[in-house]
Amino acid sequence: MADTTTRAKLRWGLLDVIVVVFALVPVLWIASLSFKTPATLTDGRFWPREWTLDNYRSIFDTDQFVRALVNSIGIALIATLVAVVLGAMAAYAISRLDFPGKKLLVGVSLLIAMFPQVSLVSPLFEIERQLGLFDTWPGLILPYITFALPLAIYTLSAFFKQIPWDLEKAAKMDGATQGQAFRRVIAPLAAPGLFTTAILVFIFCWNDFLFAITLTSTERARTVPVALSFFTGESQFEDPTGAICAAAVVITVPIIAFVLFFQRRIVSGLTSGAVKG
Amino acid sequence: MSGKLSENKKAERKLGWLLCAPAALVMVLVTAYPIGYSIWLSLQRYDLRFPDERKFIGLENYATVLTNEFWWTAFGVTMLITVVTVAVELVLGMGLALIMHRTLVGRGIVRTAALIPYGIVTVVAAFSWRYAWTPGTGYLANLFGDGAPLTERASSLAIIMLAEIWKTTPFMALLLMAGLALVPEDLLKAASTDGATAWQRFTKVMLPVMKPAILVALLFRTLDAFRVFDNIYVLTAGGNETSSVSMLAYNNLIRGLNLGIGSTMSVLIFLTVAVIAFVFVKLFGTAAPGSDDGERR
Repeated sequence: MADTTTRAKLRWGLLDVIVVVFALVPVLWIASLSFKTPATLTDGRFWPREWTLDNYRSIFDTDQFVRALVNSIGIALIATLVAVVLGAMAAYAISRLDFPGKKLLVGVSLLIAMFPQVSLVSPLFEIERQLGLFDTWPGLILPYITFALPLAIYTLSAFFKQIPWDLEKAAKMDGATQGQAFRRVIAPLAAPGLFTTAILVFIFCWNDFLFAITLTSTERARTVPVALSFFTGESQFEDPTGAICAAAVVITVPIIAFVLFFQRRIVSGLTSGAVKG
Repeated sequence: MSGKLSENKKAERKLGWLLCAPAALVMVLVTAYPIGYSIWLSLQRYDLRFPDERKFIGLENYATVLTNEFWWTAFGVTMLITVVTVAVELVLGMGLALIMHRTLVGRGIVRTAALIPYGIVTVVAAFSWRYAWTPGTGYLANLFGDGAPLTERASSLAIIMLAEIWKTTPFMALLLMAGLALVPEDLLKAASTDGATAWQRFTKVMLPVMKPAILVALLFRTLDAFRVFDNIYVLTAGGNETSSVSMLAYNNLIRGLNLGIGSTMSVLIFLTVAVIAFVFVKLFGTAAPGSDDGERR
């Protein structure tokens, strides 16, 4: 018996290793490239022979990357904040209140979650040009909120359904209105769910490429994923590979940190939001 | 007393609407209006390079696009990528879900590692694959002898699909794992005592219980795969006839500044996605998301 469990453990351990290697190799590869010197960049080896931080120095020296980083952080944070607040309000209503039009809202947000984003790109491009929103922060924040809202609403209503609502009743018994019960009693209890949703929404905004590349044209609002694809060396004779990889690592680190710290919550947030409609 | 009750009911409705209004408003403003506008634009000749020639031309744009071989090539490429990646991801994702759910050792590590591809910015992952296959630079470039894999059509498509599969299999696996968690442990034990093999337990006990989760995962991934853009943009920029429909619409719009044709393609993509979603919802039947009254499981 002990023998079979050891063997089973070994077998599972082997499978674990395969999964971990499969998941990490491309990430390690781009990190490795970012530490290579220009001379060894094209040696085709997986690990660098000579290590250097020059690539990192060079990207922080140029305005191009720093501006994009500021844009990315600002836009993703604002969009996340707004989407989570609006999503929480709607999710509370959906999970707790009875009102006509509830199913319609759930259905519409599901439709939007599945919507082909490229279909919106051409009209938004034209509308934003006319409204003067093209190539501005709000011009990106608005579509991000829209496409993050279904995710936020689904995840949050799943969380809200697990909250002990007797507490709300007790608060109302003590004379609190429905609104007060929401702010004082339920919101603190819902904080972990809000937090998880915020991470998921942030990853979504941080990741976007399609909207960012169509709705921006200059450094005013261009985000990092787009800036990466436009990277050139300091002169046209310089290979931008090292710089691109360094920039890639810089924008990957926060996401990996989130994933490491909040793995359990991210998993529960994703699965509760997605499988349960 | 009953007057008071309906008063409460009214207040509840009002609060419900009030709380949902901002979210609903944003979603409708950013999607519904542009969709209408897009349809309107698709019926016009409207090229930003020649704004004076703007005029209403009915369905002429649709005829232009639907008789254009580039459109059909891109459509074929998109369909191929969608079908292959979703099929492979379903198999790999199921395996990964089983590992994440049932492994005896290192569950936390596996789950964390599997989440990383999901969290990585697609463009970053795409660059990683691009450099991996670049002759001279990459560790994979000489895997299949000399040559530049990203300059030939078949190998480019294979790499695009590989990049897609790497990035999104974890997402599929997470959704499937949620389904796995619903399989009652007693049922598996009972089947096992009755002499069912591991494969029989999988096909006869697990799969039926997981059906809704599988369908949801398939639907989300299919629609997502059909929108493929970032990977292709970075890996081949649509060269060697590897453009997806999204790439083609983007090129017409931003590179070509042809709003009429770009909008027509948008509408056609939207219609295709609607058809796919409709077929899936038909398959779902009662398991469709949102079709129940919101009771948890």
